[in-house]
Amino acid sequence: MSITEQDVRHLCKLSSLAMSDAEVKRMAGELEAIVGYVKQLQAVDTTGVEPIANVAGLVNVTRPDVPGQMLDPKQVLGNAPAKNEVAILVPKAVER
Amino acid sequence: MSRLSAREIAAAVNGGASATKEVEAALARAKADTNNAILRVHHERALAAAKRIDVRIKAGEKLPLAGVPIAIKDNLCVEGIEVTAASKILKGYVAPYTATAVQRLEHAGAVVVATANMDEFAFGSSNETSAYGPVKNPIDPTRIPGGSSGGSAAAVAAGIVPLSLGSDTGGSIRQPASLCGVVGMKPTYGMVSRYGLIAFGSSLDQIGPFATNVADAALCLERMSGWDQHDSTSAARNHAGLAQLASGNPFGTLNGLKVGYVAEHAKGLQSEVGAQLERAKKALTDAGATLVPVSLPHEQYAVAIYYVLATGEAASNLSRFDGVRFGHRTAEAATLPEMYAKSRAEGFGREAKRRIMLGTYVLSTGYYDAYYKKAQQVRRLMCRDYEQAYAKCDVILGPVSPTTAFKFGEKLSDPLQMYLSDIFTIAANLAGVPAISVPFGADAKGLPIGLQVQGAQFADDLVLRVAAGLEQLNRA
Repeated sequence: MSITEQDVRHLCKLSSLAMSDAEVKRMAGELEAIVGYVKQLQAVDTTGVEPIANVAGLVNVTRPDVPGQMLDPKQVLGNAPAKNEVAILVPKAVER
Repeated sequence: MSRLSAREIAAAVNGGASATKEVEAALARAKADTNNAILRVHHERALAAAKRIDVRIKAGEKLPLAGVPIAIKDNLCVEGIEVTAASKILKGYVAPYTATAVQRLEHAGAVVVATANMDEFAFGSSNETSAYGPVKNPIDPTRIPGGSSGGSAAAVAAGIVPLSLGSDTGGSIRQPASLCGVVGMKPTYGMVSRYGLIAFGSSLDQIGPFATNVADAALCLERMSGWDQHDSTSAARNHAGLAQLASGNPFGTLNGLKVGYVAEHAKGLQSEVGAQLERAKKALTDAGATLVPVSLPHEQYAVAIYYVLATGEAASNLSRFDGVRFGHRTAEAATLPEMYAKSRAEGFGREAKRRIMLGTYVLSTGYYDAYYKKAQQVRRLMCRDYEQAYAKCDVILGPVSPTTAFKFGEKLSDPLQMYLSDIFTIAANLAGVPAISVPFGADAKGLPIGLQVQGAQFADDLVLRVAAGLEQLNRA
């Protein structure tokens, strides 16, 4: 199976990434090569092997549910590309 | 690299020498950097910190890193300082808080003088993906310094600072350390808090030191490590063994040590790298260690496992860069989804896009089981290989990089070839074990070679001890 340009366009949509036709074409080829390489994993017998997500053996590390120190809102807003006094501004998300 | 070590600087400052003078000199060296290793010099902040240290020392305090100038990789946050992960998408971002690792070093008397260049978001093995241009290897400026922490390695190799911080997700500390001829260590997963580190692969990332010698690396790690409430993966453990090493003495004997090696590692190495590995084995045997052949049958899949898991994690971690709360936002977008897609397209470089796409692919419906879950299963098999190996030996000795530093552009056009340059370093991240690169000889062109010592989880002190032994044997 190979990765088509249509697949790449779908991935662009999933990952919110705009891409030109030329980029899509090149990306399809590059992904094809890398996926072709990682396919060697299919050859390993993993019957009955539990997938591992955390090598430290940690499970559900929680902390007491109490308010702690928070960042200063002014400092946080300071990094926003568009804002007013109290909020971050974005283009209209919902049509009325 | 003939300047003082971190411990020598700290001893001098604790003895009454001026931290301000030491820091001023480092600031001047950082400014004069000709290798593009340094992205930003923090003049005012560093001088203010140095002055505070001078006051504390005068008042009778002793600090383990008193007045030691350090550089940090551009993915570590320091409050009030720009941090960009060498990406256009974070240009101008000012960190609202300081990374725990950096905070702890500053508490011990270290002074951050500069931010070091890196591959964009730590995606690379040659430092060629930085939005600020590549770093040159101080040993030979026509060659790459390695990556992704290329700037941190080059800053130490060029003598700008005696100590720097990098991050290692698949070899990003050890490989550049090897190619630049300095010591670089990836600690056990959980040794050092990642709070304030811009995340790449959360099940793999670990912060670690670059130094001119093993004892300085031990001191730095000892100061940084330990549990942190802000990182739930950080481990609460007693690192008494490290403290002993950090005192610089004694590194102890290699007598009776069981040093494992993997026969397959010798295949495909540049001949001089293989020769140095053999020289190290002989020297260790002469020093009383026993060589033990071990087998890591699933290590051959490490690169494949890594490029599934690391890209999947990266795609998730990088979804926060959307032009809303911070970073680059496109000039024109009519709708919110268009704003996300265009901001990300303009802000991310080619390798970042490639990894986001690959990560999204392996996580997407229909492919998750075949790629992501499969990789997690093989990762478990690889962890078991390690457990079995460490039942037979104390540490594993091997190469860091199959070759010495390569030329610019040599592998940039072929992503897969670039990925394969991490073939010996990735396994330690997948298994969460500590691993260090220690300089050991050079090739015919005089380019440095590093050897890797790996140990079982939380055997960081043992890994450092063996590295210190190799350091001595290399000088002999």
